[in-house]
Amino acid sequence: MAKQSLEVAVEGLKRFLSEQNGLDEVTAAKIEKLAAELQGTDLNGFDHHVQKDPVQMITEGFRYFKTNKFDKNPELYNRLAHGQWPQFLVFACSDSRVCPSHILNFQPGDAFMVRNIANMVPPFDQLRYSGAGAAIEYAIKALEVPNILVIGHSRCGGIKRLMSHPEDGSAPYDFIDEWVKIGKPAKAKVIAKFGHLPFEKQCEHCEKESVDLSLMNLLSYPYVQKAVASKRLRLMGGYYNFVNGTFERWEFECHFSPHLPA
Amino acid sequence: MATPSPTTFSQPFNFFKDVRRTTLKTSTIFGPKLKSGEIEHTHLRLLTFFKTGPRLELKASKEPPGLTQQLDNSRLESLAETENVCDFFEDLKHRFLRFKKRKFKENLEHFQNLAQGQAPKFMIIACADSRVCPSNILGFQPGEAFVVRNIANLVPTFESGPSETNAALEFAVNALKVENILVIGHSRCGGIRALMSMQDEEDSSSFIRSWVVVGNNARLITKSAASNLSFDQQCRHCEKESVYHSLSNLLTYPWIEEKVARGELFVHGGYYDFVECTFEKWTMDYEGGNLQKNSRFAVKNQFYWC
Repeated sequence: MAKQSLEVAVEGLKRFLSEQNGLDEVTAAKIEKLAAELQGTDLNGFDHHVQKDPVQMITEGFRYFKTNKFDKNPELYNRLAHGQWPQFLVFACSDSRVCPSHILNFQPGDAFMVRNIANMVPPFDQLRYSGAGAAIEYAIKALEVPNILVIGHSRCGGIKRLMSHPEDGSAPYDFIDEWVKIGKPAKAKVIAKFGHLPFEKQCEHCEKESVDLSLMNLLSYPYVQKAVASKRLRLMGGYYNFVNGTFERWEFECHFSPHLPA
Repeated sequence: MATPSPTTFSQPFNFFKDVRRTTLKTSTIFGPKLKSGEIEHTHLRLLTFFKTGPRLELKASKEPPGLTQQLDNSRLESLAETENVCDFFEDLKHRFLRFKKRKFKENLEHFQNLAQGQAPKFMIIACADSRVCPSNILGFQPGEAFVVRNIANLVPTFESGPSETNAALEFAVNALKVENILVIGHSRCGGIRALMSMQDEEDSSSFIRSWVVVGNNARLITKSAASNLSFDQQCRHCEKESVYHSLSNLLTYPWIEEKVARGELFVHGGYYDFVECTFEKWTMDYEGGNLQKNSRFAVKNQFYWC
């Protein structure tokens, strides 16, 4: 009986919400949150996922998405079903704490997103790094994204590994070590310039230097260089610090000489 | 199948040397050594110098409440509607500040704990497609899922050697000790379409081809099983077949198979259809499975959400 009353109440709230187009966003969000809390599916709160079965997590996650996003925005999702026109190609770390959809609120369709260890862009190499190259090629040539954003972050495990191995004498991680050594030029620069600082500070500098290195490596892809030179593409760096809750962003400007003589 | 010609730099692209020397290296790199039929070589340009613009740090600012409301109302607008390029930076700024206000500050203790370390239960392998971010469609919150995103959510075999995807696998499984790996395929995947469009004897120096060939077994199985279907239907078939194939490839990693055998790690497949908004999910049944190469293993706990 109580459950039935609760369901009626929640349905009433939802109906009210969908009928009141003039509600300001803050009030609408509060009502949505209340309805979700009543149903035990509040995904803005973090507690409810703590002890849940993994399958239950994704079941509820999908249900929330379908009910609160997909079904409520048919025009957007109908458009996306026919294609994507993202404004960004994003390189972000695989770290569970730094998803750009959270920190920059990217919605479906906004950002073509590559996520890998330490958000690295390797230099052009079709044999060794075909994964990253395929994503860049698709984003630039097929999707013609106008912006590339490489986002580094604080306390990055991949950068820490780059900075510490093999000097720390630890056993190698076969695949991780091979991957993060893309960042060796950034490590060399940081040690040369900031080698007197504590290790944690060196890592922080390397997290940012590695973003600049990745932006530079992007220019080794001919179609990227061409698009940047003709001003159809902008390169940007970002750094998310989840310790103090800040986000830095900067533009990577390139200047090209006139054509070489024949 | 023709092997793509190796296309590499003769030397590491080092931007710390003086500008003049760097530009000379650039002209060598982008000269005749670069083989790609689709790249024009008629106009070489020299990268004369680069600079990084001023770094702008965003912290919580004191905008009046009205500004926040205005931003929230534009929440569902696509970025495609932002015409002025300068708006992108402003847009990023507002997006971050909104996250900081609505999530970071409201759950400060949780974020402070997360800052000390992450312990996600899931590793997700999903496509880079802008429409299929697992945080959006499955509601993963910060700290819950270690995510790899690549073209067509492919997993290369252990034998294929180091790659960005298996570096992430190694980190997630051996360092973070995740309990679940979920590979998510999706509808209308451009990468799978490129895979299905491949000709057997094609010699292409395209990166996309070099990568999607990881899923070639899925293409061959699809061609033999679904040859009577239209190309679109074959692609859809391959989107799912490729997920099964990636799950099999996961077991080629000894440290993954060990954990799956001991019941410490579960391997799942998923398929998101963004046309109908449905999600299928299944779990590899290791004990009951047929693990011969090119054969599909048994599955259990199959769900279909619509």
